[in-house]
Amino acid sequence: MKLSPEVKAALHEPATDTEAALLERTWARPRGLAGWLASTDHKEIGRRFVVTAFAFFLLGGVLAALMRLQLSRPELGLLDPDLYNQVFSMHGATMMFLFAVPVMEAMGVYLVPLMIGTRNLAFPRLAAFGYYIYLFGGVMIYVAFAFDTGIETGWFSNVPLAGPEFSPGKRTDFYAQLITFTALSAMVEAVNLIVTILKLRAPGMTLNRMPLFVWAMLVTSFMIVFAMPTVATGSAMLMLDRLVSTQFFNPAEGGDALLWQHLFWFFGHPEVYIIFLPATGMVSAMLVPFTRRAIVGYTPVVLALIATAFAGFGLWVHHMFAAGLPKLGQSFFTAASMLIAIPSGTQIFCWLATLWMGRLRFTTPLLFVLGFLFTFVMGGLTGVMLAAVPFNLQVHDTYFVVAHFHYVLIGGAIFPLFGAFYYWFPKTYGRMLSERLGRWNFALMFAGFQLTFFPMHILGLHGMPRRVYTYPAETGWGGLSLLASIGAGVLGLSVLLFLINVLLALRRPRENPANPWHADGLEWSTTSPPPACNYADLPVVRGRYALWTKGEPTVVTGLRRDRMFVLVTHVLDAQPDHKREMPAPSLWPLLAALATTALFIATIFTPWGVVWGLIPVFVTLVGWFWPKQDES
Amino acid sequence: MSEKLNSALDTAGPQAGRIEDLWWLLFGFCAVVFVAVMAVLVAALVRRRTPDESMEPTYAGQRTALRYVGAGVLATGAILLGFLIASVTTDRGLDEIETGGARVLTITGRQWWWEIRYEDARPDRVVVTANEIHVPVGQPVLLRLRASDVIHSFWVPSLAGKRDLIPGRDTGLWIQANRPGTFQGQCAEFCGYQHAHMRFLVIAQPPAEFDAWLEGQRASAPEPATDEERRGREVFLAGSCVMCHTIRGTAAGSIVGPDLTHLASRQTIAAGARPNTRDHLAAWVADPQRTKPGARMPVPELPPADLQALVTYLRSLR
Amino acid sequence: MKTLHKLDVSELPEYAFGHRSIMWWGTMGIVLIEGTMFVALLGTYYYLRSQSTGWPPESPPPDLWFGTINTVILLASCVPNHLYKKAAEREDLRGVRIWLVVAVLFALAFVAIRVFEFRTLNCRWSDNAYASTIWTLLGFHTAHLVTDLLDTLVLTVLMFTGPLKGRRFVDVAENGMYWYFVVWAWLPIYATIYLVSRGGGV
Repeated sequence: MKLSPEVKAALHEPATDTEAALLERTWARPRGLAGWLASTDHKEIGRRFVVTAFAFFLLGGVLAALMRLQLSRPELGLLDPDLYNQVFSMHGATMMFLFAVPVMEAMGVYLVPLMIGTRNLAFPRLAAFGYYIYLFGGVMIYVAFAFDTGIETGWFSNVPLAGPEFSPGKRTDFYAQLITFTALSAMVEAVNLIVTILKLRAPGMTLNRMPLFVWAMLVTSFMIVFAMPTVATGSAMLMLDRLVSTQFFNPAEGGDALLWQHLFWFFGHPEVYIIFLPATGMVSAMLVPFTRRAIVGYTPVVLALIATAFAGFGLWVHHMFAAGLPKLGQSFFTAASMLIAIPSGTQIFCWLATLWMGRLRFTTPLLFVLGFLFTFVMGGLTGVMLAAVPFNLQVHDTYFVVAHFHYVLIGGAIFPLFGAFYYWFPKTYGRMLSERLGRWNFALMFAGFQLTFFPMHILGLHGMPRRVYTYPAETGWGGLSLLASIGAGVLGLSVLLFLINVLLALRRPRENPANPWHADGLEWSTTSPPPACNYADLPVVRGRYALWTKGEPTVVTGLRRDRMFVLVTHVLDAQPDHKREMPAPSLWPLLAALATTALFIATIFTPWGVVWGLIPVFVTLVGWFWPKQDES
Repeated sequence: MSEKLNSALDTAGPQAGRIEDLWWLLFGFCAVVFVAVMAVLVAALVRRRTPDESMEPTYAGQRTALRYVGAGVLATGAILLGFLIASVTTDRGLDEIETGGARVLTITGRQWWWEIRYEDARPDRVVVTANEIHVPVGQPVLLRLRASDVIHSFWVPSLAGKRDLIPGRDTGLWIQANRPGTFQGQCAEFCGYQHAHMRFLVIAQPPAEFDAWLEGQRASAPEPATDEERRGREVFLAGSCVMCHTIRGTAAGSIVGPDLTHLASRQTIAAGARPNTRDHLAAWVADPQRTKPGARMPVPELPPADLQALVTYLRSLR
Repeated sequence: MKTLHKLDVSELPEYAFGHRSIMWWGTMGIVLIEGTMFVALLGTYYYLRSQSTGWPPESPPPDLWFGTINTVILLASCVPNHLYKKAAEREDLRGVRIWLVVAVLFALAFVAIRVFEFRTLNCRWSDNAYASTIWTLLGFHTAHLVTDLLDTLVLTVLMFTGPLKGRRFVDVAENGMYWYFVVWAWLPIYATIYLVSRGGGV
């Protein structure tokens, strides 16, 4: 299309108010329900993603409350064994598959394009598809649960218990398909983030100048690319065993019960680092404004992220030490499981040095970082203990392990996440959360957590196994169990307090503070909330801490404002390479997700679901990719 | 009832003892590390609390700080190396047993009870029982572990670490008690509905007592002495009980369920779910699903008089 | 108002080929993901084989004939694949059209012969774990053949009907990348199903 001389001239200048308004109209999605469903705005998708993940967090929390209620006294008959087994299984699957990984992905989807100075993710419609697939999978499993067909054999569903002979009915098939849904969503968002981070960074943002949160999301996304397919393959094999009588896990016909465990834990161990590494990125991001200094040891921290990702794939057998595998192999996994404490320790020491040398501001996000340090270090130390095979053989599959993984997951991921909520809430919603309520939120969450999970170390050492729906009074586990249940109540209250804080804040009028924390990241240079186009003029980056870099700011000019263009740059040095027009909002991702959901659910009931389900999937994919006629 | 030890910190055998030593070593060092790290954290928080209004960021001091980070990493590495050595040494120690002449037991995990089989070179001296293991004090016992259905895990914390029972492969564990006592064990791998009620006892006795016990277990079931006991045996043999249970010395020989030949000599019933008293036994037999919902034992539906006779007979099986 | 320095990008092109394009990176991501799944399945085969005392257990190995023919066809399909990829990079529409059609014909051939491969595996997937593994390996690769055929077919139609823009040539070139993956991933699978299964023993 030929541009008039005036328009052409305006292209080469930073945006005036009129041009910014034009740009905003270009990038804004249509109004109304159809527009809402068709949105390809990463911020809108990211918000939806976070809110949905948080809803699953609440559901998982309710399930945990039921468990703690049942276990607060010996031989309490509130839940019968069948219901309890579904409850603990749904709790684990919800937290791991429907909350922890998706919420970290979601934070990446929202924050990464803003942090790297671009307008959207590399594949905006794919991002929408990934969200819908996740949503539908989560809805499916909870509908199944409501119909007494929920997961019943634990979040890692060992065979043969989960096989066709010992888990008849459809419960475990829904479990296996939940894995397919959530793995697909995660893989799709991971590829999206990798390509966005490598190819869409603002000019001047070399890898060496990338924010640590972006590094963490990059490394995490690579982990997802290698871990998720493995579990998806395993769960497909489980479905095949159950649906069409393959013999993968049947020892009588040459299969092996341990094959499942190898496939699952090859994914399962990296999975916890997939949850943890983004949280470390959040910690690094939040420490900068609240210590008023650069992170000590940027390069060691980046190397630690990468080392953790690689090493994380070499630990999985430590979940299987009781299975009687050869001792030499076990020693290798002991060594690897201990060694991974070194990169984690490196990050911790760098953060401690940053705190030591910084000028501290005790905001709510910083409080959560401090809570994280206390709790995660303790959890990491029990992890090192668990790496020792002889000790592992005593406490494996007991409440000691339950304590350990809640310390590293809640301490290591959820505390930073809540800090991140307080930190980026003003950017997303244009108002601050109350600091006063935030302090109470933190205090209750910290105290409630310690009260709930510390006693479990002792319970495990004193013989209490996992996944028991009740226990006899003579075991003496009643006292500490009651304490843990009370702590769970306090933890629940703290989450309630958080929700109240959010709701009260949303009812206040917007103050739109662009940079309330006087922070350094690019995202703080745009408005709160950001406009649909993220930046009226794309920034050029001249330093690692973008807003703290001295000198005259530089912007990108020459990108059309009447069409949705982003700038594609080189992988290593982020020099501008070419421009790319982004696709308009579209309903095809939703339709494709619906078709894929139909295929997945049909396959639970009949193998022909794959064949017949492929037809609508094909049609929607063609509709998605078929290019629109150009106006010119 | 005597005390039943059930703790990895209250040990009575060399296996668990070595692991307990390793635990205290790990715990000690980890506690020191934790306190040290937290001390640094607290110090970082309390120093330099000058109300500094300047918003200017600083970048200075990175090099010195990195030296400390490096020192921390080296110290971490050294401690981990120590832990690795301690772990491997303890692991080797667990293997140092004189297994020559050790008694061999085959333990089969079934949903939701433990079949115990005392092996012997002579088939007529093999003993089969359920849920209660007797061992001689001071002598190693080799456990051959099998699963007949799903994965279970054998764990008696006061004596040893756990070992999984996996369908399709045999695993092994040796245990030894160094003093007499009763030690609680439980299944430690989720195995379905009644995983929570799949418990067992290990009872360590002085060798002479143990030999006597084993000899007693070898004998067939005692003949009923009273009319009620006889009636009870008839109820047993005529009803559905024989579909699953063996009582040596009678025609009942099914191995689907626990061997009942010496049921009355055991301390608990239903895999540790209830103490072995008349009332509990009667309740269990009358309606197993009440005690252990999902258990594979069906409700026998006996008239009350028959039920009482049956229970009397069962209580005579010492 | 502060002066803003400017970095003007108006002269930059609107698409690029190879690793400069985000489609290349997206395709690479898919290749890594699907490749990992193949590795997981191959790993399963070799793991189960290492645990067994006789391999394949009771089942005769698959017939070599159709699998080998198909391997040859797959390798040969790299020729039209290469040619349409190069034509796309030159933005030669006629070349792209011709070689895409040829590639589609090859795809139809190898999908058809794959049916015969299944029929001559000489076992049923439910017979034993070995049979389950080779059926799943072959089935999973077949899913890739079918999607490759459908992708290429849709692209071919598009290159004839339009609407066409410069960046469509990038999509064609990336389709060629994916095609290479599907062909090369087949080689270790072919070796495992047809050759290793003949080796017998442990």
